[in-house]
Amino acid sequence: MIEEVFRDEWGRVLANLIGFLGDFDLAEEAAQDAFAIAAARWPRDGTPENPGAWLTTTARNRAIDRLRREQTLARKRHLLVPEETHEEEVDDTVFTDERLELLFTCCHPALALDAQVALTLRTLGGLATDQIARAFLVPEPTMAQRLVRAKKKIAAAGIPFRVPPAHLLPDRLRAVLAVVYLVFNEGYGGDGDLAGEAIKIGRALVDLMPDEAEAHGLLALMLLHDARRDARVRDGEIVLLAEQDRTLWDHTRIAEGRATLDRALALGGRGPYVVQAAIASLHVEEETDWREIAALYVQLSRLTGSPVVELNRAVAVAEAVGPETALALLEQLDLPNYHYVESTRAEFLRRLGRDEEAAAAYRRALAGVTADPERRFLERRLRELEGAR
Amino acid sequence: MKYALLIYSNADSEWESLSEADQAAIYDEYRVVSESPGVVDGLQLQAAETATTVRVQDGKALTTDGPFAETKEVLGGFFVVEADNIDTALALAERIPAARNGSVEVRPVVEM
Repeated sequence: MIEEVFRDEWGRVLANLIGFLGDFDLAEEAAQDAFAIAAARWPRDGTPENPGAWLTTTARNRAIDRLRREQTLARKRHLLVPEETHEEEVDDTVFTDERLELLFTCCHPALALDAQVALTLRTLGGLATDQIARAFLVPEPTMAQRLVRAKKKIAAAGIPFRVPPAHLLPDRLRAVLAVVYLVFNEGYGGDGDLAGEAIKIGRALVDLMPDEAEAHGLLALMLLHDARRDARVRDGEIVLLAEQDRTLWDHTRIAEGRATLDRALALGGRGPYVVQAAIASLHVEEETDWREIAALYVQLSRLTGSPVVELNRAVAVAEAVGPETALALLEQLDLPNYHYVESTRAEFLRRLGRDEEAAAAYRRALAGVTADPERRFLERRLRELEGAR
Repeated sequence: MKYALLIYSNADSEWESLSEADQAAIYDEYRVVSESPGVVDGLQLQAAETATTVRVQDGKALTTDGPFAETKEVLGGFFVVEADNIDTALALAERIPAARNGSVEVRPVVEM
């Protein structure tokens, strides 16, 4: 129970403290202190009525204590105003939600993308450094250093703790959405916790920016993808959409994803995340409408100019029109060393009965694949082709 | 906070080949930036060919012709700007003409 409260409250408590103290490290230490005190007291005294406000007030007091002990109070301008508040007289108005400010600070373009991702997971998600390191396959000291450097830069370079003004907002929001989606994709391929974390941040974002269609679009996209998680891998091997066991789909998630997509569309959303969510929604229909999906990919391609989108369009065209037309589309792609191009080409060639060319393409795809479930799938396809000869 | 906007221009860019009107237009852009609120200092440096580099090794000065590093982008000048936060400094950097074919590095200044 307390664990749950902690996970739910961490991001908001920390965001509030950073806003109040203007210092990431001090805020983190104070938050940890407060959570430790709560872990000792709550089981004995009961959980307070507003746990977040209690934790924030306690943490603020601990931070003030800490600063007094270190006698650096005078140098911290922010702290000259407030007085300690007694925990019993917690003032709910203290507990303002500043997660949005925190998110925009963590995803500021002056920080490197890998630092943005790590900092977002550490601060908003409350993930420990070793957890983040494992998720991104880097040694823990490397990740720790990345976080330290990012926090230092925020302070030294004067990255503001705020929601950007209107003229900067569209660009900055795009950066925030990209970070959240990157976290999700990292989790979708491997660590399921990370996908859940991204959805949690996505939900918070939608709460905090209820009029932003793309925020709804991103959340819808993540929910609709995540709903198929359990069906996506069988016996350690990737399962193609057409062959997935639909009873394993999470239909509550699908319903929530569709409702979120409807909201995005009602807001007039036509951006890349909304379109991708619309495609994901068509994928979970009873009958897959590949023509509609191919048309949406044309729209998405226009929005993003991404060759990866064109690759996906080719897959839809293969279903809607035929592999021969799709193969021609593939030839126009400029995506060197991208193993999905080869695995897609292999699939088209296989369907056309051009077995030898298909086998060669599977081998090229296998040379570039990193995820084990995908490797197993490709290996099986290759074996089937070689056995057929 | 104080930021230095270090202006690196592309050594290959052919300033000389620009028409007088184009040169005047670019100078005018620099003037507008230098007169923007918060800008407290600024200098334009002579071309990199005029640079001389000094190193002291074992107590002996070693003087060489040319800039510290032979790169395509050379330091051409800088502005110092007083700003609330990095966003203001970045917005100003964006308006410096050299950002279009060179780059502008935004560095916070150590304040004593």
